[in-house]
Amino acid sequence: MSVNGTLIQLFHICPREMWLHTHGINMEHTSETVYDGKLLHETSYSQRPEKYTEITLSACFNNIPLTGKIDFYDAKQKIIHETKRSDKAEVAHEWQAKFYIWLLLLNDIPDVQAILEYPKLRTSTTVQLTSYDIQHLTNTITTIQHLQQSDKCPDKIKSKICKSCSYYELCYIEE
Amino acid sequence: MKKSYYLFNPGRISRRDNSLKFTPVDDLGTEGAPRYIPVESVDNLYTFGSLDANSALYNFLGKEQISVHFFDHYEHYTGSFMPKDFLLSGKVIIAQTEHYSNSSKRLSIASKFIEGAAFNILKNLRYYNNRDKDTSVQIDTISQMAPQISSAKSIEELMGVEGQIRLTYYQAFDLIINDFEMGTRTKQPPSNEINALISFLNMMCYTLCLDMIHHTQLNPTISFLHQPGYRRYSLALDLSEIFKPILVDRLIFSLLNKRQIQTQDFDHQLNSCLLKENGRKKVVKAWDDKLNETIKHRSLGRNVTYKHLIKLECYKLVKHILNIEEYKPFKAWW
Repeated sequence: MSVNGTLIQLFHICPREMWLHTHGINMEHTSETVYDGKLLHETSYSQRPEKYTEITLSACFNNIPLTGKIDFYDAKQKIIHETKRSDKAEVAHEWQAKFYIWLLLLNDIPDVQAILEYPKLRTSTTVQLTSYDIQHLTNTITTIQHLQQSDKCPDKIKSKICKSCSYYELCYIEE
Repeated sequence: MKKSYYLFNPGRISRRDNSLKFTPVDDLGTEGAPRYIPVESVDNLYTFGSLDANSALYNFLGKEQISVHFFDHYEHYTGSFMPKDFLLSGKVIIAQTEHYSNSSKRLSIASKFIEGAAFNILKNLRYYNNRDKDTSVQIDTISQMAPQISSAKSIEELMGVEGQIRLTYYQAFDLIINDFEMGTRTKQPPSNEINALISFLNMMCYTLCLDMIHHTQLNPTISFLHQPGYRRYSLALDLSEIFKPILVDRLIFSLLNKRQIQTQDFDHQLNSCLLKENGRKKVVKAWDDKLNETIKHRSLGRNVTYKHLIKLECYKLVKHILNIEEYKPFKAWW
């Protein structure tokens, strides 16, 4: 099983969500928020697809296959653009972006930056990759790989964000 | 909000851009004024009248994840058009199969279904016992049988207990329902009004469960209480055991006691009794209203519809078979 950008993001939000997702328990189709995000992705920056390209990348690190799909990559300026609906999970978005920068680096494309764009908030954040980040990502992909192979589902995180998660009902339904 | 559409009249349904177009056609082949249904508003279709449609329509319905359920002239459920599975999880199917093939794991889930059903049955009986209908004999008998559910050593034994409970429960129907007699439970064909309503609504409940299962990763043919995959999506039969007392039986009691459905709504033949078209419309309307009623859920703290309770039950089963959390059957708490 490979590790991709979505899993990196999910892992930083909630390891349980990542485990469920990786085992084929998908709930996104029940979520209005997810649908909204998809629509936003399709409708924002409508001129952009002509200038930039959507690219798929892969690499192998410590025998762990890595893959990633970057929404828009500006090859001339070496900038990755990621569109997000809200900055609620900004840290997770940053790690996803850093993972993509790292993937490019592993494909011998150095000095790439990423811009997280929040069209609804009319803001954006620039993300860069440090050597400390690479260490963190290395640890993360190892943990993710263990989780993928584990039969045990991680516990609920019992956080405020659970209420808006598409897995909320699955996690919190009891009797 | 998506909703179910019930098609009683014969006619032709087709795709028109991104809408469904229904053209009623009468016995003489004369077309009526077409109705347009935006596809985003459709959850599923129930067809009681004869329906003409082509493959382009089914391709479209499949893409939109809309299922179509068919019923014959005698109101029997005859089958469904189900869109391609879109939520496949190998992990869940393997775990579900394991829980079926391991006899103690299977028995443990099956007995939970009966436990939930028995609880909800007692809930109904107690409700009426507090309202001048003396169902205490049935309450006592079923309460005494309850311990046999958890001590059953085999599925057959469990089915036996279930049968006894249901038999006792049906005896109370004549006490609860005014002006109508049920006598014994008869199917194929139902012999009187109450039997006709039970048959019809049980089938609606089964279809609903099937629909809900389809929106989860569970496989509808692998069941625990009923014999799997034999002619039917038997997991839907398992789940409907829990919900029949709450959804079907309560609705029957209120429809008849409030005289919303009366003798003239039925077609009485020599040895059978079936709903007339008009009666069927009333029942389906009441059923649909019931499903959209909401209750505040205890563990979620949210308002959920009765219909949604069934999907939540599927989530609990998924968690059970993946060893995340032990399954507890739905028990009406109000």
